[in-house]
Order: sequence, then structure tokens, then C-alpha cells
Amino acid sequence: MKRLKYDVVVVGGGPAGTTVARYAAKNGAKVLLLEKRQEVGSPVRCGEGISKKILQKIELEPDGGWIANEVAGAKIISPKGSVLELSEDLAGNETGYIIRRDIFDKHLAKLAATEGADIMVKTTATGLIKEGGKIRGVFARQLGQEYRIEADVTVAADGFEARLSREAGLKTFLKLRDVDICIQYEMVGVKTDPLFTEFYIGQSYAPGGYVWIFPKSENVANVGIGVNLMFSKEGATPKRYLDKFIASRDDLKRAKIVEINGGAVSVSMPPEVVTKEGFAAVGDSARMIDALTGGGVMNGAVAGKELGEALGKMAQEKLTPNEALKEYEKNWRRRLEVTLARNYLAKERLLELTDEEMNDIIEAVGSIKLEGLSTAAILKAVKEARPSLAEKFADFL
Amino acid sequence: MIIIDKEKCLWCGTCVGVCPVLAMTLKETYVDVDQERCTSCGICVKACPVGAITMTEGSE
Repeated sequence: MKRLKYDVVVVGGGPAGTTVARYAAKNGAKVLLLEKRQEVGSPVRCGEGISKKILQKIELEPDGGWIANEVAGAKIISPKGSVLELSEDLAGNETGYIIRRDIFDKHLAKLAATEGADIMVKTTATGLIKEGGKIRGVFARQLGQEYRIEADVTVAADGFEARLSREAGLKTFLKLRDVDICIQYEMVGVKTDPLFTEFYIGQSYAPGGYVWIFPKSENVANVGIGVNLMFSKEGATPKRYLDKFIASRDDLKRAKIVEINGGAVSVSMPPEVVTKEGFAAVGDSARMIDALTGGGVMNGAVAGKELGEALGKMAQEKLTPNEALKEYEKNWRRRLEVTLARNYLAKERLLELTDEEMNDIIEAVGSIKLEGLSTAAILKAVKEARPSLAEKFADFL
Repeated sequence: MIIIDKEKCLWCGTCVGVCPVLAMTLKETYVDVDQERCTSCGICVKACPVGAITMTEGSE
């Protein structure tokens, strides 16, 4: 067994893990990033929509080939076909750019490497090194070679699977209602407005979730679906629902599939702690996904930067490992927790709505002038159209 | 016992993430199942987005 020693070992080369590695290395930490696949970023498990705010949040230039398309807004389509149009700045964290996640993730890994982080691909973390209740690193395997990698802080950025965060004892196990399961086709020949993402909501389209069409170029789009796990059963897989949706549209029926992606996201609240002595989880491994949209790239990157910077201060001996983890826990919650909680509550409410109620909401909200759109305006419009429905959301004011 | 149809599997990791006893591991091109740890709860069968997982009676 080979032995290695680092300040920080990061497990997982997605947006969260690569951003931790990048900012920790930039701030002076000796960092090793492990990726189990032979290539960072592939296969893709994502709808690939993200707000342009990602540029400022983690200091990116809009180049490097990771942007496929730029959109002006989102359309939310009710079961009856009513459309609510949202401009990009109102549409949340998943509208702005349609990206190529494989290129994006690899781009972030290259930025981490440029800052000095070491990277090992085709390397699986096989378990945690635990000593006296403290986590001291990971065991790993690459091409048949076993490694013992010691680190002051071990970072679990291992995504939805969250094996490491659960092995570390974090409460990241999920209830059925807190999981959305997804499948997506990249399709050629889709006749959709390339300037808008589309979200189809309702039990008939996608129980507890939505169907999305994210245009990547003139006639190419990601067509995907997320279904809440509560509603999935034998013979009613997400694939069945998506195929049904596609069969109902003439353009999609004839469009060609050039890629299939599967995956799942957590739509839960994050646990009360995502750190332990010598250990931190980030991204979906720490359940930081927006429960309303299922989007996680932005939150993973924002939290990853906070963690990387805190670990940089640890390496510069401005903070002890425990203080750095405490600072991370405080900072990521300050940045994300209020929105995560609000959107979790909204998701819980939406899970209970019937298709008729969704129609009413989209129609009521669609009547508001776009510039005046705010949570209060939405509730007012819903209240006028359907007073009983507004009560379900009254506490959002 | 859990059986994964390797031709249907997309290696997406959904089953791995929902397994309550950490009996599954996502490898590069397959999902590894620790049958001894598996409690046959069936959540992975329900969760697979393409219906690639089935469960057989008994442990062997």
C-alpha cells in the first residue's frame, strides 16, 4: 500500500469537489482530488441549465467551450397548457445558460489543477480512515494500486450517492419523498424556442416533478424528466412518463436521441451538521440541492468556494482544522440555508397539489405583469382567483 | 437477492444513493451489490429510473 499525505483530500470531481480543490489550492493548501471515473465530467447526469450568476459566484469567464446556449427565460406550462413566462433573473438558479456539463466539470478541474491541486482519475475511495472518532483520510485504489491517503480534512463531494458522508455518520439518508429520479435524452430535431427553457408541471406529465426541455442549439435540446420517488412504481418509471410525453408531441416523436442520461437528486433539507472532526461534506453529498427545482450545481459551487477558502486559511495556519470547518459550516448556511428551507417548504406544498390547482395557479400568476412579479404578487393573484388555494401558501409571506 | 440487468443499467447511481444500508457501490461501468449486507427492502427496485433492478425470493 502506498502512503500519501495532504492537507486536504477531496473525493469527487463534480462542481462542488473541483471548486473546493481550486479555492483550497489557490489559498495555499496541499490538495488531492480523487475522481473514480477515467474522465472528469462524463457521463453527464444533469439537465445542464444554470443561472449566469455562476460567473461571479465562482469567478469564471464565459469561455472554454462549456456554454452551449444562452436563454432569456423560462416557460412554466400547466397541465391544461397555460404558460407562465419568467425572465431569466426571476427564473432561479437553473435558467440563463445551457451548459455542457462534461466540459464544464473538466474545465473546473483544470482550474483546480492550475492552482496546484493534484488530481487522480480512475481512482475509487474505498473507505474512510477513522481513528478515535476522528476522520484522518481515505483508502483508495487506482488501477490495482492501493493507497492510504492521510489528510487534515477529508471532503466528501461524492454526489447523490453520498456513501462517504453516510459512512462518516452524517444524517444524509433520504426519505422517499425527498428523492427525485430522472432520465433525460439529448434530442436532435426538437422544435422549441431556443431562447426559453420549458418546464411542464403536473401529475399527468411527471408526478411530483416536471418534464424539462432545455435547448442546446437551434434544433437540439435536453428533454428530461424528474419524478418524485413516492410516485414511482413498477411499470411507472420516469422513462415511461418521458416516453409518453415525447409520443404526445409531433416534433419530439420524430426527433433523434443521441444521448441518454439517468440520475437522481435529493430534494430534502440538508442535515443539521455537514462536518465532523477532520471531515466535511459538500454539494449533493451534503444534500444542498434546491428542493423546488432539483438544481444543485450553483449551490455546490457556492458552498465549495466557502469550504475551499476556509481550508486555505487552515493551510496558512490562520485557523485550526476545527475552526476552518466551523467557519465553513457558518458561511455556507449563511449563503444558502434560508432559500433551501423556503424552497423545501414550497416543494412539500406542490407535492400535494392536484393538476386543477396547478392550472389555477399558473393562470392566476400568468395574469400578472412580468415586471411586478414577486412572491407577494403571486400570492395576491392566487388569492383573488382561488382564495382556498392561497391559504396553502399563506405562510410564505 | 438483487439482480441488476447490466444492459439496462445507466450507472446513474440512483440505487446506490437510496440504499439504506450502503450495500451498493457505483463503479465506473456497473453497480456492485453486497448481497450479504442487502436486506431486500426493495427501495432500489422502486427507484431505478429505467426499471433495471429486480429482486428474487430468498437469499440465494
